[in-house]
Amino acid sequence: MEGNLSVVGYGLSAIGPAIAVGLIFAAYINGVARQPEARNLLQPIAILGFALAEALAIFGLVLAFVFN
Amino acid sequence: MTLTAPASWVGTAPTASGGGEGYQTPTPEIFWQPLFELGPITVTNQMAWAAIITAALSFAMIALSKNAAVVPGKGQWLFENFYNLPRNTIARDMIGTRHFRQYLPLIVTLFTMVLFFNLAGSFFGSMMPVTSKIGFPIALTLVVYVVYHWIGVKKHGLGGYFKHMVPGGLPKAVVPVIFPLELITYFITRPLTLALRLFGNMFAGHMLIYLFVTGAFYFLIEGDILLKLVSLPTFLMAGVMLVFELLVQFLQAFVFALLTASYIAGALADDH
Repeated sequence: MEGNLSVVGYGLSAIGPAIAVGLIFAAYINGVARQPEARNLLQPIAILGFALAEALAIFGLVLAFVFN
Repeated sequence: MTLTAPASWVGTAPTASGGGEGYQTPTPEIFWQPLFELGPITVTNQMAWAAIITAALSFAMIALSKNAAVVPGKGQWLFENFYNLPRNTIARDMIGTRHFRQYLPLIVTLFTMVLFFNLAGSFFGSMMPVTSKIGFPIALTLVVYVVYHWIGVKKHGLGGYFKHMVPGGLPKAVVPVIFPLELITYFITRPLTLALRLFGNMFAGHMLIYLFVTGAFYFLIEGDILLKLVSLPTFLMAGVMLVFELLVQFLQAFVFALLTASYIAGALADDH
C-alpha cells in the first residue's frame, strides 16, 4: 500500500473542528428554535464561531501539503 | 510549498497519460495554469480572470449606481438588494451604527471581490476559483491587516493600542501571560487564518470537484462494464459537490468580510 502519512494527519486534525462546527450550529439552531426573533442577532455570531473553528481544519489541510 | 512550483501542467484530461498507466490523482500542480510570459512575469489563468472580473464588476457597479433614483429601476433594485447584505448584515451589525459608514467602501469592495473571485470556480469559462491561488488571499489580507492596525493606532495611540489588546479587569498577575498571547493573535494568527481560510476552502473544494470529474471520466473510459456503471454516481456526486461549492464560495466571501468588520470593530472598540 502506498500513501502519505500527512494525509492521515489531516484526517485526524479535522475531527476536532468537525465536532466544534457541529456544536456551534446545534447551539445556533437551538437558539433560533427557542427564540425565532433572535435569528438575525445569532447568525453572524454563529458564522463567526464556525469560521474560527474551521480555521484549525484548514491549518491541517495546508500542513498536509507542506509536509508532503 | 509546492503550490507555486512551476511544474508541467498536465491539462484536464486524465487519460492523457493513459494507456494502462492507471489513474493519476490530482496534485496541487493543477492550479498552475500559465497563459503567457510578460518579461519576468508569467501571467496565469487566475490573473487573467481576476483582471476580467475586476473590470466587469467596476463597470457593472458604476453603471448600476450612476443614475440612482428615488424610485429604483430594475437594475438599481437588484444592486441595492445586493449592497444591503454587506452594508447591513456585515458592516452595520459588526461595527455599529456610529462608525460603520467610514469603512463601508472597504467592506463592500472586499465582499464583492472575494465573492466573484470565488464564484469563478463554479462557472464555465473560468472553472477555477481565482482565490485558490494563495497570492490573492494574501494580497487581500495584507490590505485588511494594514487597515485594522492603522485604525487601532489612530484611535488609541501606539502605546494605547498595545494596552488595548489586553482585556481590562484582569488581575495584575495574569497580564504578562495574556499579553504575548494577544500579541500573537493580533499580529500572526489573525492574518494567517484570514488568508489560509479563504485559500484552503477554495483550494480543497476545487480539488474535490476535479477529483470526482476526472475519476468519473477515468471509470467511463478505462474501466470495465462494472466500473462504467460506477461512473454515473461519480458524475452525480461531482454535480452535488459543485452545488455545495456554490454555498461554500458564498459563505467564505461572507466570512471574509465579516471577519474584516469584526477586526475593525475590535480595533475601534473602547477599552473593554
